[in-house]
Amino acid sequence: MPPFEPVLLEAIGTPESHTLASYRSRGGYAPFEKLLAEKQPTEVIELVKSAGLRGRGGAGFPTGVKWGFLPKDHPGPIYLCVNADESEPGTFNNRILMEDDPHQVIEGTMISSYATRATTAYIYLRYEYPQAWDRLQAAIDEAYAAGLLGKNIKGSDFSLDIYLHRGAAAYICGEETGLIESIEGKRAWPRIKPPFPAIEGVFRKPTVVNNVETMACVSQIARRGPEWFRSIGVPADPENPRDPGSYGPKLYCLSGHVEKPGCYEAPLGITLRQLVDEYGGGVWKGRKAKAAIPGGISMGLMTEAEFDTPLDFKGPGTVGCMGLGTAAVVVIDETVSIVDFLHNSCRFFAHESCGQCTPCREGTSWNLRILERIRAGKGRLKDLEILLENGNAMGMMPGSTICGLADGAAWPIKNAINKFRDEFEDYIKRTNPEGWMVTDPVPALQIVGAH
Amino acid sequence: MSSPELKCLTPEMVAEIEALAPRYPDRRALVLPALHLVQKALRHVPLDAVVDVANVLGYPPAEVQDTLTFYQFFHQEKPHGTVRAFVCRSVSCALRGGDDLLEKLCSQYGIEPYGTTDDGSVTIEPAECLGACDFAPCVLANDDLLKNLDPAAAAAAIEAVKVRADQRSSAAAAAAPRVTEDA
Repeated sequence: MPPFEPVLLEAIGTPESHTLASYRSRGGYAPFEKLLAEKQPTEVIELVKSAGLRGRGGAGFPTGVKWGFLPKDHPGPIYLCVNADESEPGTFNNRILMEDDPHQVIEGTMISSYATRATTAYIYLRYEYPQAWDRLQAAIDEAYAAGLLGKNIKGSDFSLDIYLHRGAAAYICGEETGLIESIEGKRAWPRIKPPFPAIEGVFRKPTVVNNVETMACVSQIARRGPEWFRSIGVPADPENPRDPGSYGPKLYCLSGHVEKPGCYEAPLGITLRQLVDEYGGGVWKGRKAKAAIPGGISMGLMTEAEFDTPLDFKGPGTVGCMGLGTAAVVVIDETVSIVDFLHNSCRFFAHESCGQCTPCREGTSWNLRILERIRAGKGRLKDLEILLENGNAMGMMPGSTICGLADGAAWPIKNAINKFRDEFEDYIKRTNPEGWMVTDPVPALQIVGAH
Repeated sequence: MSSPELKCLTPEMVAEIEALAPRYPDRRALVLPALHLVQKALRHVPLDAVVDVANVLGYPPAEVQDTLTFYQFFHQEKPHGTVRAFVCRSVSCALRGGDDLLEKLCSQYGIEPYGTTDDGSVTIEPAECLGACDFAPCVLANDDLLKNLDPAAAAAAIEAVKVRADQRSSAAAAAAPRVTEDA
């Protein structure tokens, strides 16, 4: 049995865990009321900064620092957007929090709004979560009825409204400025930064965008204190003053070829192997693992030999993955062809590229066409070079796109081909014995409808 | 602004949209909520409804249409089925038979992906990650998440959703006051 006592998931599986009564019985909302009565907003920002909380949505940016970018003495309004557009393949921890413990998310939203002086918070929820919608709306209604939301909350001069806003099935809405454009009623095309949302966000006002799990962590920091939070996880490297560390518990999503898929809470820094063996019951059907996605598909691929890598904010980067991402681990067993895996990944990104930047729009669809051709037995070794060239050219890191979607599209390509090159070459030579060595340009097998 | 003549939206729908207006400082933010409302009521958003929404919000129809076409979620040509089933094809579901599931369902209903059965009862659409990877492979049929689906049992699960949807719509039709031309 895992030794770590869950905190963020403490109520999951208990009766009526989604209700205000259940949340109150666990000590919920008392921390918010205490902060509201005793602390200034700047003190709450310091509290979260001192806990070392880093955003749980994927980028891992320190939450308190992000709040600190808001202009001082702004006349308002300031907005908080809670990013509940969880769409990264393999990720479902936000869904569980919103469905089974929505008040924990809402209390975090209240505390964060108080800290940032936001008077309106929008929870941008993806369309695909109808139950989370109902549960969140019911929880918000309960909070209004209890005088926890609305004008002059608990007799203070702090007022806050929380509104749910529904997305319409577009992955790009999880990018913070895409989300902002979507709330404004436009196509969710990410904005060029700067200005960052903290300066000019939704409705051209200062805006903070935070993930659902980050909100839940804020609730727990308020309840248990920053020292508690810092006692969990991986401390900052004392040799590196720029390392913010990996503190706190994390909700790991485990799926794919494991015996017990699920959302598990563990201290940041658990290794992928521990997660699979101790929490997930091992690889399914007694098989061996071949690879795993460490944190949502855009983070790339780890080979089985790399499974002892710690899943903290630094770990996946040490084995060539992009980062921890959403900490969604998807295990792939030995029977799966990496060619099929990469085809699935390329299909996803070709479908979800928003079409704004040419390198991403064209790159993702051509990558898919190349994978379609390889799978149809018409691949050439040259195709691997083209895929890698595309992968190295598209994204924010090479500087060719506005947002990070293309980096996420490129990473699985780079990792899969660099780490499983033999398998790709064998596949191509085996399925295309006549033409694998051709280097002349060849037409696409078919026009792939994307976007 | 003079009150525009509306072809698709009922006064009740306009009232529902207006009730959300105080939430946003800019009426354009009502585009997605309004489109959702129309899609829920009509199971698609025809061009007339786009013009209506634009008139209600005070924006050019082209801008509403621009937003609509970005989100593949909204159907425009014709309504989707009484049951709209999204079949997940992303990585976790694919590893546990998602592609197979999509193929079986389509062949059982005799339609292509994104197609609707002739009687207008079921639409099958491939979807990217539904965020239910712990229950892979899964389908979101209307508001019901169908978990750990065996391809052989999937059609029966969708039929059960259809029965509930039919019951709801006949109950709603019985309860709704009759709207007459001169009302």
